[in-house]
This record gives sequence, C-alpha cells and structure tokens, in this order.
Amino acid sequence: MQHSSATAAHRPFYARLGFQQALSGYLFAAPAILGMLFFTAAPVAASFYLSFTNYDIVSPPAFTGLQNYVKLATTDTLFRHSLTVTLYYSALSIPLSLVTAFLVAMLMNQKVRGIVVYRVVWYLPALVPVAANAALWRWMLNRDFGLINFPLIALGFAPPGWLVESSLTVPALVMVHLWGIGNSVLIYLAGLQGVPQHLYEAAEIDGSNWWHKFRHVTIPMMSAIIFFNLIMGIIGSFQVFTLAYVIFTPGGGTGTAGPENAALFYVFYLYRNAFQYFKMGYAAALAWVLFLIILALTILMFRFQNRWVYYEGGKPR
Amino acid sequence: MFLPFLWLISTSLKGPFEAYIFPPEWIPNPPHWENYPEVLTKLPFGLYVRNTLTITLAALVGQVVTASMCAYAFARLRFPGRDAIFGIKLATMMLPSAVTLIPVYILFKELRWINTFLPLTVPFWFGGGAFYIFLLRQFFLTIPMELEEAAIIDGASPFTIFTRIMVPLSRPAITVVTIFGFLQHWNDFLGPLIYLNTADKRTIAIGLAVMTAGLEWGRDMTHLVMAVSVIMIMPIIVIFFFAQRAFIQGVVLTGIKG
Repeated sequence: MQHSSATAAHRPFYARLGFQQALSGYLFAAPAILGMLFFTAAPVAASFYLSFTNYDIVSPPAFTGLQNYVKLATTDTLFRHSLTVTLYYSALSIPLSLVTAFLVAMLMNQKVRGIVVYRVVWYLPALVPVAANAALWRWMLNRDFGLINFPLIALGFAPPGWLVESSLTVPALVMVHLWGIGNSVLIYLAGLQGVPQHLYEAAEIDGSNWWHKFRHVTIPMMSAIIFFNLIMGIIGSFQVFTLAYVIFTPGGGTGTAGPENAALFYVFYLYRNAFQYFKMGYAAALAWVLFLIILALTILMFRFQNRWVYYEGGKPR
Repeated sequence: MFLPFLWLISTSLKGPFEAYIFPPEWIPNPPHWENYPEVLTKLPFGLYVRNTLTITLAALVGQVVTASMCAYAFARLRFPGRDAIFGIKLATMMLPSAVTLIPVYILFKELRWINTFLPLTVPFWFGGGAFYIFLLRQFFLTIPMELEEAAIIDGASPFTIFTRIMVPLSRPAITVVTIFGFLQHWNDFLGPLIYLNTADKRTIAIGLAVMTAGLEWGRDMTHLVMAVSVIMIMPIIVIFFFAQRAFIQGVVLTGIKG
C-alpha cells in the first residue's frame, strides 16, 4: 500500500496535467479495455445466452429455456461420468501434489553442496510442453515396453496396463502430473526461504525437536502458500484436457476417451460437445456449470481458511 | 526424475522397431542420428516448427508491447475509472477459459479467420492477458517517481516517459514476460487444435499429437515421436539455462504475489 500514499502525496503535481494525462491514460490502456470488451465481456454474455439455446453453428440459435441444464442434471450420464472422473482425479492429485511438492521443497532447502543442480533437475520436468509430455508418457507407460513397467517385468511380475485398464487410467495421469510439479516446489521453496530464522532459534532454545519446529513453525508460516497452491490445484485439475486428449485419442479424435471413457475429463467432454458434435449451446451450459463448481469450491476454501491459514500481517487481503 | 529425459533421448536415437526390444538398450548402437533430419525434412516438422515460430513471434510482440503499455497506464497515469478497470481485468483471471471459448470461436468464424494464424495472434495485441499486465504494473510501481518528475518538468510526454524511462528500467520484468509468453505460445495446444484444421497450418504441438495417435503416416513411429518431443523441449531448456534467474523470479513473483 506504499504506492497509494506515494501517489496521494504527488497528486497536486499531477493535477496540473489532468486532462491531457487522462487522455493518454485511456490511450495507453485502450488495448486492455477493448480486449476486455471483445474477448471477455461480450463472450461471457453470449455464452450465458447460448447456454439456454440449441445451437449447431449452421442454423441460428434456438431458445430452449432451461432444457440444457435439465438434461445435464437428469439424463446425461456422460456428464455425470466426466464429472466423476474429474473429481476422482482431483481428489487424488491435489493432496498428493501438495504433500509431495512440500516435502521436495523441504529437501531442496537443505544447505548442501551442489543443491542447485538438484533443484534444476527437479524443476526441468515442469518445463516440458504438455503435448511432448503426453507423447513421452504414453511411451513410458506402455505396458510391455515402457520404462515404468521395466523393473516389474525384469522381476517377473505381470506388468500393469496403465493405459489399457480403466481402473489404472486416472492413477497413471496423476503420476504424470506429479512428475511435473516443479512450479509448486519452486513456490514452496521461496516461501521456506522466507521463514524468519529467529523463530527456529527461539524454538530451539525452548527445547523443540525437529517435529515441533516443523509442526509449530514451518507449517503455520507456510500455510498461506499451501493455501495458494491448493487453490491453484483446484483450478488446474478441474480443467485438465490436453494431457488426457493426447494420451488417449486415437487418430481422428473420435472414439472413447481412454478405456471405457476412463479419461473423459470434464473439459474433454465439453470440447467434444462443442467441436465434434457441434452442440455449442450445450457446451456453453457445461462451461457455466464448470465455472460455478470452481467458484463454489474456491469460496468454500476461502471460508475455511481462517481455521488454518496464518497471515503474518493479520487479516488476509 | 531425470530418467524419463534419458529414456526420451535414448528412444529418439533408435531405429524402427528397436524401441521394442526387451530388455531395452539405453545406448542405441549405432545411434540413429538421421531420425532428426528425417522428421524435419521428410515429415513436415520443419514446416510445423516454422508455423509455431511465426505464431509465437507475432503473438509475443503484441503481448509484450501492449501489456507494458497498459501496465504503464494502470501504474502511473491518472484517469477516471482506472482502478475499477484494473480490478475487473484482474478478476477475469478467475474465469475459466471454457466460458468464453465458444463465443470467441463463433466470432472468429464469422470473421472468416478459421484456419489462419489470426485467432492465435491478434487477441494478444489486446493487453496480452491480465496476468502479464499485473506483473508489469507491480514492477513499474517500484520505479522511483523522481525520474519521471524531472522528465515532466523538461516537458516530456507520457509516451516519451514510457519509452525512455519505464521500458529501459524494466528490462528484468519484460524479460520474464517475454519468456512466459514464449512458453505459452510454443506450448499452446487447445488454440491450434480448435482454429487450425489443415495439415499445412499445424504447429509442433498438434503435429506431435497427430503423430502420437499414429494413424496419419501408417507405421509405427515411437522413435520419431520421441525425436519430435526432443525438438519441442530443447529450445525451452536452452532458454531456461540462459535466463534461469529471471525465470525463477517470475514463477515465484507470480506465485506468491499473484
């Protein structure tokens, strides 16, 4: 908030240039303002309207009232299935990546020689483009020739068919996701390096062991960052698309999404409705439901954060 | 952590069907370096790389220029409604892209822009995304006022201040935006998937996905898929090593303060 007091102090100086400055202000901000109108405000309104219509692009949209939403809630089993797949994936991947990334960050925070090399190695997978990641893991997870199953085959076990058995599909994708959590690790690491050393020293004087220090200093001081990664995890995992699409789509882009549609994520289903079945109205309704789900979960998390998130400066922003 | 990379490179140097030898050879003998020229010349991946670079460059220039302009306006110029507009712009980051996807697609279809690079580049000339505006604005706010005041007294216009003071002093932040923007366009999948539909317009990401699905060229190409993946990953790793500090600052800055 340093900024607002600084500009307030300078207001008389700027006031002299009032009109001209306001004009150049609008000119400089014009791309953002126009962009919001063209690519956000108008599309949001249009998508809201379309969600109450039947629209196949060729003929004009026909208003059908709540029909799309009723279909979602009652007869569309694939909608329910895709939501279940997405929830299952989120329930596995969010807690696992929160914990794994945190533990890795703790390890990377050690003062050991050559730690920078380890940090880079842990970070690199996060840089791999999702299309390349999918191609790589489709091969890594190959039942008979993939690297993942290699030790099992060598020991004489029957190799699990990660990409051919419907029960293993989501766990396999969670594994791929965990390989690329470098960004969360980096954010945790920055947080860990910001925890004031004197808190640990004080705890040591009070005779705390490592567990007490971890439980009563590290975790509370890091809770705001854990919270941030949690919210990002929710937003990200509800929108998984490319990974599943590239791994499980045979040529041409039709057919089932993975064995027994086990990789039919929510956005995957939305994409199919919009760009393969050309049910634009229905897809718009799906998009709004997705938005409401993410919004509801985020609000819920913000509600409960007082119970466990600690902010150094008192109340959250 | 590193094994998948070695496995990737190892497979990319194998000959046809050598990928399916068990137990796998880590160091292919002899290494098939010709896989790389093959995907770039016999398969159209040279073209796909050019397409991707064209899109990336055209979008990135717009993104960096307009995001810094807008960030400057929101950080320094006073005009009615400034903070409200900035607030709404930030709030749009919360909106899942799926919500605007369909109307924006219809808009581009009406403009007859489908199967051109325009839908993948032109929108980035409109501020380049709230995230980048936010990042640059935060940086501009840390630049001391005194320089601008001196310039204003000398009669400098906002445009002069922007190009002569703000931009030169913000090189680290502009580097971060450039790197992130490059990654965003180089990696983009959904955009090209929706807007480009003929083979000659494909980007690497789409070409790779088509090749992974394995039907178009009618033979097993696991080793070539891996070669393309290496080609797609390489530039990013190189950029990372050259701009490591800017990169990490960017992730951390946007992570914690974003």
